[in-house]
Amino acid sequence: MNYLTTTLVLLGLIALAFTLGRRRAPVRDATWVKTASHASPGYYGAYVALWCGLPCLILFLAWIALAPTVIDSLIVGTLPEQITAGKSSSELSLVKSQIHSLAAGQAFGEPDPALSEAAARYTEFEQVSRMALFVVILSLAILTTLFARSHIRQHFRARVYVERITTGILIACSTVAIVTTIGIVVSLLFESSRFFAAVPVHEFLFGLNWEPQIPIREGQVAATGAFGAIPVFVGTFVVSTVAMTISVPLGLMAAIYMSEYASRDFRKAAKPVLEILAGIPTIVYGFFAVLTIAPWMTEMGAKLGIGVAPNSAIAAGFVMGIMITPFISSLSDDALTAVPNSLRDGAAALGATQAETIRQVLLPAALPGIMGGVLLAVSRAIGETMIVVMAAGIAANLTLNPLEPVTTVTVQIVTLLIGDSSFDNPKTLAAFALGLVLFIMTLGINIVALQITRKYREKYE
Amino acid sequence: MTFLEGQAERQGIAIGASGDTRVRSASPAAHPATVATSEETPIKMTARKLSVFYGEKQALFDVSLDIPDRQIMAFIGPSGCGKSTFLRSLNRMNDTIAGCTMTGEVMVDGINIYDRVVDVVELRRRIGMVFQKPNPFPKSIYDNVAYGPRIHGLASSKEELDEIVQTCLARTGLLDEVSTRLHEPGTSLSGGQQQRLCIARAIAVSPDIILMDEPCSALDPIATARVEELMQELQKNYTIVIVTHNMQQAARVSQRTAFFHLGTLVEWGMTEQIFTSPVDDRTQGYITGRYG
Amino acid sequence: MSSLDQSLKVSGPGAAPDDAAAQRDRRSRRRKTANLRFKLYGLAAIVFAVGMLATLVVSLIMTGYPAFTQTMVRLDIELPASEIDAAAPSDANYGKFFRDALYGLFPEVKSPPQRRNIARLVTQDAEYMLRDTVVAYPSMIGKTHSIEFTASDILNQLHIGAIDRELPSDRRSISDAQIAWYDKLVAQGRIRAVFNTALFTEADSRHPEIAGLWGAITGSFYALMVCFILSFPMGIAAAVYLEEFAPKNRWTDLIEININNLAAVPSIVFGLLGLAVFLNFFGLPRSAPLVGGMVLALMTLPTIIIAGRAAIKAVPPSIRDAALGVGASAQQVAWHHTLPLAMPGILTGTIIGLAQALGETAPLLLIGMNAFITQQPGGILEPATALPTQIYIWADSPERGFVSRTSAAILVLLGFLVLMNGVAVWMRKRFERRW
Repeated sequence: MNYLTTTLVLLGLIALAFTLGRRRAPVRDATWVKTASHASPGYYGAYVALWCGLPCLILFLAWIALAPTVIDSLIVGTLPEQITAGKSSSELSLVKSQIHSLAAGQAFGEPDPALSEAAARYTEFEQVSRMALFVVILSLAILTTLFARSHIRQHFRARVYVERITTGILIACSTVAIVTTIGIVVSLLFESSRFFAAVPVHEFLFGLNWEPQIPIREGQVAATGAFGAIPVFVGTFVVSTVAMTISVPLGLMAAIYMSEYASRDFRKAAKPVLEILAGIPTIVYGFFAVLTIAPWMTEMGAKLGIGVAPNSAIAAGFVMGIMITPFISSLSDDALTAVPNSLRDGAAALGATQAETIRQVLLPAALPGIMGGVLLAVSRAIGETMIVVMAAGIAANLTLNPLEPVTTVTVQIVTLLIGDSSFDNPKTLAAFALGLVLFIMTLGINIVALQITRKYREKYE
Repeated sequence: MTFLEGQAERQGIAIGASGDTRVRSASPAAHPATVATSEETPIKMTARKLSVFYGEKQALFDVSLDIPDRQIMAFIGPSGCGKSTFLRSLNRMNDTIAGCTMTGEVMVDGINIYDRVVDVVELRRRIGMVFQKPNPFPKSIYDNVAYGPRIHGLASSKEELDEIVQTCLARTGLLDEVSTRLHEPGTSLSGGQQQRLCIARAIAVSPDIILMDEPCSALDPIATARVEELMQELQKNYTIVIVTHNMQQAARVSQRTAFFHLGTLVEWGMTEQIFTSPVDDRTQGYITGRYG
Repeated sequence: MSSLDQSLKVSGPGAAPDDAAAQRDRRSRRRKTANLRFKLYGLAAIVFAVGMLATLVVSLIMTGYPAFTQTMVRLDIELPASEIDAAAPSDANYGKFFRDALYGLFPEVKSPPQRRNIARLVTQDAEYMLRDTVVAYPSMIGKTHSIEFTASDILNQLHIGAIDRELPSDRRSISDAQIAWYDKLVAQGRIRAVFNTALFTEADSRHPEIAGLWGAITGSFYALMVCFILSFPMGIAAAVYLEEFAPKNRWTDLIEININNLAAVPSIVFGLLGLAVFLNFFGLPRSAPLVGGMVLALMTLPTIIIAGRAAIKAVPPSIRDAALGVGASAQQVAWHHTLPLAMPGILTGTIIGLAQALGETAPLLLIGMNAFITQQPGGILEPATALPTQIYIWADSPERGFVSRTSAAILVLLGFLVLMNGVAVWMRKRFERRW
């Protein structure tokens, strides 16, 4: 009895409930002009079908989500003392996964007989669970169907009830965004708090030494672990600054040309090209940085007699700047286009050249909008991951020199979490602390930026 | 239990007793189109001290008015005078406008349509509406007319639905013009045809009352004449309320006229009387074209 | 502007002394030059951006195109019936048949180390390919067949000219002896370059010459399916609710601010969410397209909601009035009229959102979709890679052949993106309705 059968049976029952409800729809009297609130029969069907399906669906999902945990704890409870005694939670989870793979028929070497027995029990429990789910769903569906069907009467307002339920579903869907935000905040806070239990907050925020490679097994050659994130923050700052230095003038000048000078045809041709730049996945930019830009920069540096590291901040920042340029140009373009023509006419009537009009009239007027765009771009630069993962360094290096390799917050998150990760060492948890800092920073910048943009839009609407 | 019956029980009145209220006609049977031969005409709808607000702004001030059964009543007045607002409050279309509130009451057959127990959906089925700009659904002609009967479950079979569509199109005189292309989009028709399609769509749900909000303002004179003819025809079965800025139209089609000005109801009565011997100076000024 | 300047000049001489006029003239010329310079800056910025795009595309094509051809080596394999059990053909020693055929071409080479160098010219999986072929076609047993094998990465690089044979031997990955053997094979007509179908039909491998994208493409497909199934209905429901039914209050304001902010949250944060909640808390399988799709769905949701609301807003109110006027309820208006009319716009936004999701890498790395998986995933719960994470894996691999494969994989990814965006643009053009 697997989940698929249960799903199919449930779908069948829902269809049946629909027909039952539909059949039950009251007949319209001949004098229907005087009677009211007759929905079309479909609503009666939908009413019963919803009653049949919704509770079962909720139960189904809850069961699937909870059953493995329940079964696991039952199995662990039956394990002999010598296996469970004195084990940490991570060692226990290892035992659990051993049992799971045994149950799935993958045995490595000669398994412990106690574990084999547990695996057999696991399979059995799982079967029982699926069977029970099937029976429970079936009876629940039948009960709710009969219940719903029984209160359809002559003047039952099926449409009103069905619409109430659908409105509820709609509201639930629209709160997913909020649930996601809460999920992000809670999970980051939770894991970070575990990290800060091991590493003090001030050491993390103000420490100058970042060496997260702590020994996982005994005797391993590794640093003892230092979690001072200042070098990581500084690295992020350096790369973002390089990116903004490239993208703000480029994006702004491109926007000015597009909105003030360019002919319609030029605009028509150039805008899609900039949109393509914005649509290229960041991993492509990352590879581009490694493949083309970084070697080229090293070569240029060598010609000029400057040492440029192959994974320098400047290469990663440069490519990031290219990536962000279309973003800034399109937001600045919007801001410039929103400036009323009367201002342009006014300046032109005084005999100002176009450049003077732009510099002295349009830019100051559009400045809030442009600032909003630039801030959004900054938050993008800080949160950008793939370019720096591929093109910037991994080792923390406290420097402001963009020619040297630096590491960033996002690079550290990826390096700390890539590969196997168990959730009980500071190395893994440090990634969540970094994630929390990243989230708070970008959220703050975004809120300010969106606020500025909104205010600006209101001004000219 | 209908919304009307439910309400009637609460208020202890019997449905059908609405005829008790009568309005005295100022000049009985004066208008050639007046169907009512008796001196008194039954009242279909009554508004009492109706005020409508858009947010802080009051758009309508204490309007009280009776609308006679199976006649055409016209609302006239300069633009922004509140006549459309009043019309939209008669089938609670104002509910869809955010920030719109109202006080007072509107009675249909003795029931206040703003009462909590009234199902607004059922209400709008009984009080249909035709809008200023023809607004057919971007669907086929057939589906346009069939939409209302479908959602209200008025037809139990395909044949019955076909019959409703045919009848309604025939009553609006559209059937001969479109019988071969029932499944072409409604938007492909001419403006006048579109408006008649909208009227056919409105009568397909068998309303008691049809509200028309300047139904001819987007039409050419020939199409206008066709729609006006249709209104005369429909008046035998339906109560019609029409908002118009065109005084000739009001004079041509309606038995009764109400004149609105700056959100107040200035004067109302038999059309002929309003147009020949208005009591109020403002009405006089408007119909003689001094402002408007 | 210029006519204005001229008119100023004309009116000048009568009113002012000559040097003042000249000064004004200079000044006006300077201002015009400044204007021109400013305009050129703008043009230069655009030209630079377009130039970078061109550089990117050209460098990808230049490095990527060799990966679309694959060098093959034709060998005459003898499959003696005496050594293959027809009942269990997979048990025979295919490595021997293969090596016999290969070493037979170079009878002068005897020493085992040298012979191993010969073997390095053909992919290491050759004997398994031979085995699979014979198992599939047992009638081959007992005959000698001319079979083409995939050349190894170094031979491939040499054949397509990516390795310069003029370089000193210590600076290239292929030895002088191997080049000599290669020349002999060429002389015998045993070497041929074909279109690299393996790139599209195989999954990942440690050997670049037989590593393909099919596994990653399936993985991406599964993840996008999950993403679509979750985010599309939810996005529509949220958009309909917020645009059609939601009262204007602080709660809906909060939802709106939330959606806008989520759209700007760094993608890696969603990866952290997926890791902490889906993998750690709910215990869903690591590296599975299901989890990848769920994370991508949360990221795509704001895009769909924002696009959906815009599309719904564009439906004229007169349609809503018309439906309300015949007694449709607010929900009937939404489901029967507004939503169908807004659907092209919503679909366009959805496709664009899915295209973004297809290129998203960072969150997938965190939930382990960068595993080394040599099999195409069989379902949404099996470990898989996705196109962007496959690119990441290959970009990190030291073998030379993976450089061009990475570029090729990027070209394939960009191809999918162009296709999806093309469909979106086409839909916008085709179904756009002007009211």
